[in-house]
Amino acid sequence: MKENIRLSERNHYIGQENLIRDFKQGFKKGLPIAFGYVPVSFAFGLLAVKGGIPVWIAILISMTNLTSAGQFAGVGLIMAQATLFEITLTTFVINIRYMLMSLALAQKIVEKMPTIHRSIMAFGITDETFAVASLEDKEITFPFMMGLITGPYFGWALGTALGAILTTFLPTAVQNSMGIALYAMFIALIIPAAKKSKAVLIVIIVAIAISSAFRWIPFLNQLSQGWVIILATIVASAVGAIFFPRSEERV
Amino acid sequence: MSLFYILLAVTLMAVVTYIPRALPIVLFRRKIKSQRITSFLYYTPYAVLGAMTFPSIIYSTGNLNYSIVGTLMALALAYFEQGLMKVALGAVLVVYLCHVCF
Repeated sequence: MKENIRLSERNHYIGQENLIRDFKQGFKKGLPIAFGYVPVSFAFGLLAVKGGIPVWIAILISMTNLTSAGQFAGVGLIMAQATLFEITLTTFVINIRYMLMSLALAQKIVEKMPTIHRSIMAFGITDETFAVASLEDKEITFPFMMGLITGPYFGWALGTALGAILTTFLPTAVQNSMGIALYAMFIALIIPAAKKSKAVLIVIIVAIAISSAFRWIPFLNQLSQGWVIILATIVASAVGAIFFPRSEERV
Repeated sequence: MSLFYILLAVTLMAVVTYIPRALPIVLFRRKIKSQRITSFLYYTPYAVLGAMTFPSIIYSTGNLNYSIVGTLMALALAYFEQGLMKVALGAVLVVYLCHVCF
């Protein structure tokens, strides 16, 4: 009896007729992200295979991780034969940013969404899908989110496969040029925010100053890149939190 | 570089990528109160992406000068809020042109 009630509640919340409509809406909004991912994941596939990672593993990484910065850093560390501890910690720190996005989405989704749906859609939270979802002016439903995720997920996997497979056929000039794609995407993500907020700009500058110091200053440059990113992130974010605390309603 | 090592690393990466995405949305159905924590979390994406991008970007194409040209292109396109794809492709294209022309 209880289960029946719960089941009907759930059917009500999904709203059968809205399922396809919401999915389609989400899917449409995800398409530009999907196309944006192709050059970047292409560069990822290229880099991974050039560094000695088998093609199928490069694709596997994209299909199980679905993240840009974490994958590039992780694969870079694998190629450098880093310890599993360093790989895990670095990837984790790079991905801490998803906690805020996940937290923000938690306020934005349909309140009754069951745990199973929450844990499935969580997989598809990226910098870009989060940005699109949080700009929606209504509550986010499970079908909408799944539609939004679908395009980017396959765009990311497809780009990786293409890059991984085509590596050997591409002229060196193209291969080398693709190396900038990831960083260009990061610039596309941070510059618009830095333009609007001085605090964000300062946090970015602090982070860059630290990572540059540990790259160029003798002795300091002994620290591996993974640790430098961790250090720069913690210090710069702390500077932001201490000097520019954000009032709650703006989060 | 053994296959076992790579697969183990990939599995660990997948786990620590999924956990930060899933935990908050599954556990917290209310807002976090601490302003210090929310502020810290708010700034992390920018700090991580900034630290990852610079100075690595200028070593990303095999030629320092071409990379700097590509970086300026990306900065300009991003400043005028062109989408992800335009910024990425624009930077790649300008670096490629440098490679071909010089």
